[in-house]
Amino acid sequence: MTPALDADPALARDAAHERRFFLSLSLPALAVVGLAAILPILWILRQSFMNLGGEVTLANWTKILNSSLTWSSLQTTFVLSGLTLVICIALGTPLALALASTTQRRANLLLIFLLLPLWTSILVRTYGWLVLLRREGLVNAALQNIGLTAEPLPLVYNTTGVVIGMVHYMLPLYVLPVYAAMRDIDGNVLRAAASMGASLGQAIRTVILPLAQGGILSGSIIVFVYTLGFFITPAVLGGGKVNPIAIRIERTIGGFQDWGGASVLGVPLLVVVALIGAAVLGLRRVAGPRHA
Amino acid sequence: MAPVPINFDRVRKAFGSYLALDDVSLAVSAGEFLTLLGPSGSGKTTLLMALAGFVRPDAGRIRLGETDITRLAPDKRDIGIVFQNYALFPHMTVRGNVEYPLRLRKRPADEIRRRAEAALDRVQLLDLADRDIAALSGGQRQRVALARAIVYEPRVMLMDEPLSALDKNLREAMQYEIRRLHDDLGITTIYVTHDQREALTMSDRIAVMDGGGIRQVDTPQAIYHHPATRFVAEFMGEANILPAAALLGPAAVGSVMVRSESFHLAADGLPADAVSVEGRLKAKAFRSENWLLTLVLPSGESVALSIPATRAAGCAEIAPGALVTAHATATSVHPLGAA
Repeated sequence: MTPALDADPALARDAAHERRFFLSLSLPALAVVGLAAILPILWILRQSFMNLGGEVTLANWTKILNSSLTWSSLQTTFVLSGLTLVICIALGTPLALALASTTQRRANLLLIFLLLPLWTSILVRTYGWLVLLRREGLVNAALQNIGLTAEPLPLVYNTTGVVIGMVHYMLPLYVLPVYAAMRDIDGNVLRAAASMGASLGQAIRTVILPLAQGGILSGSIIVFVYTLGFFITPAVLGGGKVNPIAIRIERTIGGFQDWGGASVLGVPLLVVVALIGAAVLGLRRVAGPRHA
Repeated sequence: MAPVPINFDRVRKAFGSYLALDDVSLAVSAGEFLTLLGPSGSGKTTLLMALAGFVRPDAGRIRLGETDITRLAPDKRDIGIVFQNYALFPHMTVRGNVEYPLRLRKRPADEIRRRAEAALDRVQLLDLADRDIAALSGGQRQRVALARAIVYEPRVMLMDEPLSALDKNLREAMQYEIRRLHDDLGITTIYVTHDQREALTMSDRIAVMDGGGIRQVDTPQAIYHHPATRFVAEFMGEANILPAAALLGPAAVGSVMVRSESFHLAADGLPADAVSVEGRLKAKAFRSENWLLTLVLPSGESVALSIPATRAAGCAEIAPGALVTAHATATSVHPLGAA
């Protein structure tokens, strides 16, 4: 018997070289993320501990954290994001299921309609909602004409209006990952469930939703995290009465040139997003092996 | 539960201009193991899916026992299906998959557990009951699919090419096992395959399908030895289709079919009415259990001879171009229909 050969260092070097090459592909993206996200975040944190003269101080934190406006705007932020998320799940999940159930051709056509709004400026669309929702707007006129309501409903310059605008913007972004996850479900798995006696409702509950949960989670995170920082929609449709944190930040800078205070306001959002990210990574680790 | 017969009565299904099922009628007896055999696109899976309720026919009726199920929803048909790709629930364990149909039926927890374990035991998978599906091999997955389909004792069992993704040895073992399972349970079974050997090995009867219609329904032996048409003859195995005149004399008309293994190189021991053809050897190949010889007749037709090793003395010495006479008994020469 011939003795086993020693490992060839040249082959090991080739393997290492290959790994380095593939890692290097991520460098441009890492550089952009570093410059455009990490650095500004660090700058915000630093800024929050400085006064206008550039001296280190805790004054920004005590002032902002002691203001009731801060807490009410934080609450508004989470209420808006939460409501938007709940409505997106309620509207978007059945829509994604419908898209995934039809033929690929028809689904592609419907997807174009779903994505069409995303090609329009958010400002244009938001003002569009203003036209539709205000007291003399189309929606109220129609409701009164068919006799459903006597008085115009308050549909805008309040939470209702802002949530309508946010849902309109976020719905396609929620539907896409959910649709993709549902499209991936093997049709035979659903046929198997039906042959064993599962009604459509039971199949949805016991097979489709569990298998699409990754997509639902992704879509939910996109909606929640994205809407935390929404500015234009509450600014236009909230009419000064609905003030999430993004609007407070803008006023703190635009009205008072208070960069330190605005930086403090930005930190809770960062923390929440970071916590969501950590939770998702944790979930992946728990749920991971079964889907590996 | 007593096994039920299945009746297809002039079932038609078109997909656009493509006629997938062309007025198919077929009666499957209670407790029978019937195989739908045909090339891809012959309509066999469409017929199966029509029975399961996933393809809605354009016309015709389908009956399970006395019940017309043509318009019944799939989940009300009480049919067990084993799919080619297993179609297991990836988010459940082996046990979860097998318990699923019983949970839908809201059986008591202890009964669910007992029956699921009995079904898993039947397919020798009880040890793996708490594994994830992703941790199983292809053969194990197929057993889970079988256990899941039998656990609720459906009235009918459908199998759509269940073994085609397995390697050869495993496939043959599973053929035997599925047939044994059928004999134990007695469930009326329709089995779909494009593998004629599998169909011959497993079935009580075979329905050969082509172009959306059934070309012949009969026992494996009859289908193999007495094919009704040229298509059936060629699909079922190596078939020599020759002008009748080449074997039976100038007066004979039409075509005849002779299986390659029906030929003998020597006439000794054959009945007096044996017939023969003479041709030159074109090619020969040794295939362990037999020799495969190809002759070219003076009329230009090729004839394949499969000579078993036990009577292949001299095969190795025949040189290409040599004149060879092949004999066959009269009973092994089958006249073919027109189609």
